[in-house]
Order: sequence, then C-alpha cells, then structure tokens
Amino acid sequence: MDASLLVIIVVVTALVFDFTNGFHDTANSMATSIATGALRPRTAVAFSAVLNLVGALLSVEVAKTISGGIVDDARITPAIVFGGLIGAIMWNLVTWYVGLPSSSSHALFGGLIGATWIASGADAVHFAKVVDKVVAPAIAAPLVAGIVAMLATYLTYRLTKRARKSVTDKGFKAGQIASAALMSLAHGTNDAQKTMGIITLTLITAGTLAPGSAPPLWVILSAAIAIALGTYLGGWRITHTLGKGLTTIEAPQGFAAQTSAATVIMASSHLGFALSTTHVASGGIMGSGLGRRLDGVRWGVAGRMAAAWGLTLPAAGLVGALAGKVASLGTLGVVAVAAVGVGVSLVIWLLSRREPVRPEHVVDEIAAQAETHKVAA
Amino acid sequence: MKIDWAALAAVFGVSLAVVVGLVVLFSGGLRALSAREAARERQASTALPTAAAGLCLFACVTVVLFGIYLIVAG
Repeated sequence: MDASLLVIIVVVTALVFDFTNGFHDTANSMATSIATGALRPRTAVAFSAVLNLVGALLSVEVAKTISGGIVDDARITPAIVFGGLIGAIMWNLVTWYVGLPSSSSHALFGGLIGATWIASGADAVHFAKVVDKVVAPAIAAPLVAGIVAMLATYLTYRLTKRARKSVTDKGFKAGQIASAALMSLAHGTNDAQKTMGIITLTLITAGTLAPGSAPPLWVILSAAIAIALGTYLGGWRITHTLGKGLTTIEAPQGFAAQTSAATVIMASSHLGFALSTTHVASGGIMGSGLGRRLDGVRWGVAGRMAAAWGLTLPAAGLVGALAGKVASLGTLGVVAVAAVGVGVSLVIWLLSRREPVRPEHVVDEIAAQAETHKVAA
Repeated sequence: MKIDWAALAAVFGVSLAVVVGLVVLFSGGLRALSAREAARERQASTALPTAAAGLCLFACVTVVLFGIYLIVAG
C-alpha cells in the first residue's frame, strides 16, 4: 500500500480515537458541577469543550513522551502503529459496551506496546522508559491525588465549619465551577497529547519527520479540535450518568477532589508523565470520601475498579499485538485489520442501540467512581 | 529499570502545596465573606472583611494563573 495513504489512514484513526476520548471523558470533569446545579448541562459541556481545546494547546511534553521514547521509532512502521491503534479502539469499545471502566490512555499504550513487541521484537519496546513514564505514574498519580484530596477535603470542611451556610453554598458552587474548569484544562494537557504523540510517531516512522521531533502545529491543532468536538458531543451521556446517583458527592468534596486531581494531572503533564486522567479523578474522589468520613469508601467496588485498571494494559496489548502483526503483513493485512475494526465498531454500536437504556451500557467512568462512594448518612 | 523518584516526589510535593494553599485561601475567603455578612447585619463597617475576602480570592486566582504560566513557559 502507498505509504502516504497509510499515514493518512493512521492520522484519521488517531483523530477518531481522540474524539472518542473527549466523548467518553466529558463526565469526568463536568458531571459533579451539573449534579449540584452549579452549571446547566449545555453550558457545562460547551465550557468543557473550549477548555479542553485550550489545554491541548498548552503543553506538548506528554506527546513527546509517546513519540520519542516508549518504542524504538527506527524499528516500527505506520502499519504497526495502525495495528496498535485499532487494538486500543477495540478494547475501548468492548469495555464500554460491557460497562467496565477502563482507561483509554492505557488502552492506547497497551495497543502500541503489544503491536511493536510482536511485529518487531521485545527489544523494540523501551521497557525502562515505559516503567518510568507510564507504569510508575499510573500507580503513583491516583495515590497522590487521593492523599492530597483527603487532606484538602478535611481542611475544607474544617475551615468552613463556622462560615455561614448562605455564603458557603454559593461559594462552593463557584469553587466547583472553577475546579471543573481546571479539570477540563488538565484533561486537554494530558489526553489530547496522546493523540498528538501517536500522529507524530507515525510521521516519524514514515520518514516525514526527523526522530525526536515535537508535534507540528497542524497535528496539535487537529488533535485539540478533535478532543474538543468529542467533549461537546459527549454531553448527552451526562444525563445518563446523573441517573446513577452522583449527588452523593457534596459541593465542597467535589471542589476538593477536582482541584486535587487537576493539579496532579497538570504537574504530571508538565514532566511528560502520560497518565490516565480517569484514574487520577477516581483517586481524587475516593480521597475526598476518606477526608470527609474515614469509612467513606466502598473498598469492594474500589478493588474491582483497580483490577479492571490493571487488566487494560495487557489486554489491549494482546489485541494490539494481533492487529499489529496482521497489519504489518502488507496491504491486505492493513485492509483486513481496518475491516475487522469497522465491523466490530458497527456491531457494538448496533448492539448498544438495540437496548439503549440498559444501565450497564451507560455505566460511565464517573458513575463507577461515584459507586465507590458511600451515600452520606 | 530506573524510576525517576525525584520527579514523582516533585509531583506529590507541588500538588500537595498548591492544593492545600488553594483550599486554605478559598476557605479563608468564604470565612471573610461570612464575616462581611455578619458585619452588615450588625451595621458595622464591612471594609476589613471585604478587603480580606478580596485578597484571599485574588490570591487563589493568582496561584492558578501562575501554575498555568509555568506549564506554558516550560
């Protein structure tokens, strides 16, 4: 297959992935503000989209981590990147359909690593870099966000105990809007970067860019726009999410949890740590549960979530490995992978439309997080 | 396998300091606003609590903007 045609296909697929990421994650940043009545749904969604766009333009450190380091760019081809990407998308769609909360970021890394490993050998994957920039932050960041949020929630309740209710009600709603805005911004600085990194990596492997290049402007802009559009159009899911009883989170908790998560994400983005914004947001929400009441977390649900997180990287790796191997066989391989990808997406879309209201289909990540949270007694 | 513990510690330290700072300032701002309402009901001067609230909330915004500036500049 013509190399430039393949590059175009990979770029488009990466942008679709980016769009679904925004689509999937709107709830993470905005659902609590809508639940507490701080923002109207339509306003919240538009606001979040714009901030994602701005966030995506702020930093390229995470994109550089992905395009310049976790795999050996001299030993992979656009076809392998394509296989990895399809692996990630498949895993995302299937987990979304069965209602398993999982991280699209980890699916992406898993897919890329798996595809590279099988098609070019284990030594084409820079495992040391993967541990340093992906695995270690994946474990550390939610813990950090949890601890910080716990302290922040405790302090917030403690310090405002004697403030007037009329003031705190209004104040925390405003604080929540501000912290939700930060969360959207942080989402852009980390998640949109992953698509930029993948596209840049593809361009490097195709020889269009020199190894170690930063993403070109058109890549930054198109990834930013894709995630913003996805965020905007993903808004409808919020209404479903709200049905899951998110209101167990009080405004001061939401404020503390979101401020903590957003700060941790932005600090990590700055250092090029590619982490799952979903995991950090969950860590923040659990921490704020503990900060308010020490038994405020349902550990059983939290444990199941952690297991699903751990599963994502290897499982997406497996699918990515298969897709990458087939795609690197040649034109026919690429066509086959693309056909299977489109076919599976179509089937899942049809299945989800047939029974659109079954709750397990609309279990969103944020709803799963809220489930770890005991109802305030 | 090398894990950059210093960078992870930096994320922890910076996040903790920034978030605690923001929460204390924001809560302080709300306390000052409460004091302002109380003063108004007593028909006392609201100048001091108004200034305190303004200062706290302004400091909050400054911390956030400075953080974003650091990311953009870096």
